[in-house]
Amino acid sequence: MPKDHGIGASQKRREDVRFLTGAGQYTDDINTYGQTYCVFLRSDVAHGTINSLDTSDAEAMPGVVRIFTGKDFEGIGGLPCGWQVTDKHGEPMKEPAHPVLAQGKVRHVGDPIAAVVAESLEEARNAAEAIVYDIAELPAVVDMKAALEAGAAKVHDDLSDNLCYDWQFGSDQAAIDEAFSSAAHVTTLELVNNRLVANPMEPRVALGEYNRANDESTLYTTSQNPHVIRLLMGAFVLGIPEHKLRVVAPDVGGGFGTKIFHYAEEAFVTFASRQINRPVKWTSTRSEAFMSDAHGRDHVTKIELALDADNNFIGLRTDTLANMGAYLSTFSSSVPTWLHGTLMAGNYKTPAIQVNVKAVFTNTVPVDAYRGAGRPEATFQLERLVDKAARELGVDPIALRRQNFIDSFPYATPVAVEYDTGDYTATMDKLEEMIDREGFAARRKESEAKGKLRGLGINCYIEACGIAPSNLVGQLGARAGLYDAATVRVNATGSISVMVGAHSHGQGHETAFPQVVAEMLGIDESMIDIVHGDSSKIPFGMGTYGSRSLAVCGSAMVRATEKIINKAKKIAGHLLEASDADIELKDGQFTVAGTDKSVAWGDVTLAAYVPHNYPLEDIEPGLEETAFYDPANFTYPSGAYACELELDPETGRVTIERFAAADDFGNVVNPMIVEGQVHGGLAQGIGQALLENCVYDENGQLLSASYMDYAMPRAEDVPFYMVDHSCATPCTHNPLGVKGCGEAGAIGSPPAVVNAVIDALHSGGYTHVEHIDMPVSPHRVWKAMQG
Amino acid sequence: MTKVTMTVNGKAVSKEVSGNTLMTEFLRDELHLTGTHVGCDTSQCGACVIHVDGKSVKACTMFAAEAEGASVATIEGMANADGSLSVIQQAFQDHHGLQCGFCTPGMVMTAAALLKENPKPSEHEVRDYLEGNICRCTGYHNIVKAILAASGQDVSGIAAE
Repeated sequence: MPKDHGIGASQKRREDVRFLTGAGQYTDDINTYGQTYCVFLRSDVAHGTINSLDTSDAEAMPGVVRIFTGKDFEGIGGLPCGWQVTDKHGEPMKEPAHPVLAQGKVRHVGDPIAAVVAESLEEARNAAEAIVYDIAELPAVVDMKAALEAGAAKVHDDLSDNLCYDWQFGSDQAAIDEAFSSAAHVTTLELVNNRLVANPMEPRVALGEYNRANDESTLYTTSQNPHVIRLLMGAFVLGIPEHKLRVVAPDVGGGFGTKIFHYAEEAFVTFASRQINRPVKWTSTRSEAFMSDAHGRDHVTKIELALDADNNFIGLRTDTLANMGAYLSTFSSSVPTWLHGTLMAGNYKTPAIQVNVKAVFTNTVPVDAYRGAGRPEATFQLERLVDKAARELGVDPIALRRQNFIDSFPYATPVAVEYDTGDYTATMDKLEEMIDREGFAARRKESEAKGKLRGLGINCYIEACGIAPSNLVGQLGARAGLYDAATVRVNATGSISVMVGAHSHGQGHETAFPQVVAEMLGIDESMIDIVHGDSSKIPFGMGTYGSRSLAVCGSAMVRATEKIINKAKKIAGHLLEASDADIELKDGQFTVAGTDKSVAWGDVTLAAYVPHNYPLEDIEPGLEETAFYDPANFTYPSGAYACELELDPETGRVTIERFAAADDFGNVVNPMIVEGQVHGGLAQGIGQALLENCVYDENGQLLSASYMDYAMPRAEDVPFYMVDHSCATPCTHNPLGVKGCGEAGAIGSPPAVVNAVIDALHSGGYTHVEHIDMPVSPHRVWKAMQG
Repeated sequence: MTKVTMTVNGKAVSKEVSGNTLMTEFLRDELHLTGTHVGCDTSQCGACVIHVDGKSVKACTMFAAEAEGASVATIEGMANADGSLSVIQQAFQDHHGLQCGFCTPGMVMTAAALLKENPKPSEHEVRDYLEGNICRCTGYHNIVKAILAASGQDVSGIAAE
């Protein structure tokens, strides 16, 4: 009988009622008295010098309140990068200035040049069109290899070249050289991890409001982490002390990473609202989102695997070019390094691993974390490579993986992380059962009878989530701590508000988090509400990304609830005239162990706030506790994925027939929500593999800047998925034993799709096709088939 | 400015609008019905789907003035008279057919139009009908399942949500 209460219950989401009735409150739904509207004039060239910028005609247009340009931001901080990477020579990465509005130069299409603030959106738009400016276009660098060539145009004049850093990590050179020189076989693969746009369905919005009476600013923004924005914008950009700055992220329509970062528009509306003493609102159009939201992925990699004569993996070496775009977005530098290099061991006990990454500036939109962030790039390279190795060696790709699985834990990899738990054989066993591998041959025959090719692609993945131990990431260059926080406020009559640093933008925290507290206290979930998204209401937390909400913030919530229980037991002990050590809490009732003497939850909470009969000499009145939780390690979700597809050799079109995902997320609080997270990740991974591609031309013009050009996965592009999370090895170092599930689907699925395409082509005799870069479009498949 | 008169969720509405006011702007800014969302500027995403005289329409593709005399339904009018969720809304909650909720109003309005035209659609027909609605969160699995369930079909054979 499935649980209907507490941890492990698939409770229906309480937040759904407002979303299903149109009562959600997203940032664009908020309007304030005296509000003005902001429109940005953005560069339409990838690289150029602003020779002149004349706003005088525009300023005279109807409704214009004020027009701002780069001049207004002279002497004001630029947007900071939150992670300093040190290169292989011990030098800090190059960190060019990232102005709020362009200072003399534009460096990508979409770079903001000026901002019009007007009484209405239409008037702001009209005035933005009336700004007269002259930009002398300069040669743009788009391709990363070309950007690193001597004599290439420089994105930043004050830097020596376009190389942000040259990073090396992992085993020492001698160990790598030894592995490759002694190898019986070396498999090499060159591949591209295609540039993507996160595309949460809600475009970004920022509304700045200033209260001159108390010198307070409020920013309503579409953010995954309001406190991070408050810290970055307040301390590094605008110089507003934190107690005078409130950041609110209300209902947020999806994030997927791109709403982590601090953006120019947020700083602008906050700054401008103080200048004009009126609220300033900016709402992104989708076209604007394509050229101003940080993009994702965009790696070019050469990877090599050394195997001994028994097909054991003995060495792995990678060389990656990682696109940073024109400026360093908030966490951009950490993605190809510490979120990518540390994952290169995958599920395998390869003893020597070396990762090389060159990060490159180009005249494109900044690139930063997108669902998975570094981990999909690592998984894609490794799992495509292992598949290719199996094919070259003529061995079964699953058997080759099984043979090399890490099988004892904890396991310290050569790339600086220690996996606490996992059972890769169990998830692979489960996967083979789910996908019905035995029946594949018959299904292939059926496809062939229709003139189609059928392919089965499998792969494994490991990810590092629950980001992250602060002392560790501090050593690695993070400029922030990555703990989280929760305050459990018990009210006099026993209901509870839990204020959390995590932010829910689709993850269902409002439903799942109360399940944890309810389980611990033995009370009903309906007595518990979650408060999130408003820096004036919640403790200082770091927000939601890296599949961290439950593992980090949930752990803080557990610790705070434990403090509540300890105090409540003291109060109960006093009321029952017993020692608090003898008090047991079960089903919302405090009982003296071994007796029938008890008091109810509500009696204890009332006593805490009406302390007439209360141990005032020992404890304070009230029942409210805060805990900050800093994880001891990352968590390591893992799993095995399979994609089965049909390929039409006449057209190159690929149709996914079956997709199975066997995940180990450790313990699960709400299985329904967890499975929904996997479904969404799978669609994004399948989208990357088959459809999505962000394309620039050689001049840096963005060719895929709308849903007419950027192929988002739609309902008919994907199948019903088979998902399972029964092979659970609980995390050993957080109190819930949870690992995180938000990114797995997007990390694990792209290689399964591409492996299946290659499998299908080989079954049809197209054995010359070793790899096709994503997105594996009909055109690319057909071209590869022609040789 | 032009005066437009229409019925929105059963209530008579009369307002002065300019000729270029989009239906999305009219609903959101003039009537404060912010459940109709704007997710793109090329009429691709479907977050703004409403019903005009019983037909599903992307509200970003019509001017408010074009709705003169029409009967308009938005997500705010989809619940039962007693405020409880309608069959389709309830199916979305029961089968976890939404996450961030931003595409959800358009999905519900499109689903309602589909089931009116085709009360027992197949999985393929559901997916095909959702061609104009993009969701980035759910991978569509539970949306399709919810719509099939709302049509009264047995969805227990589909992998668990």
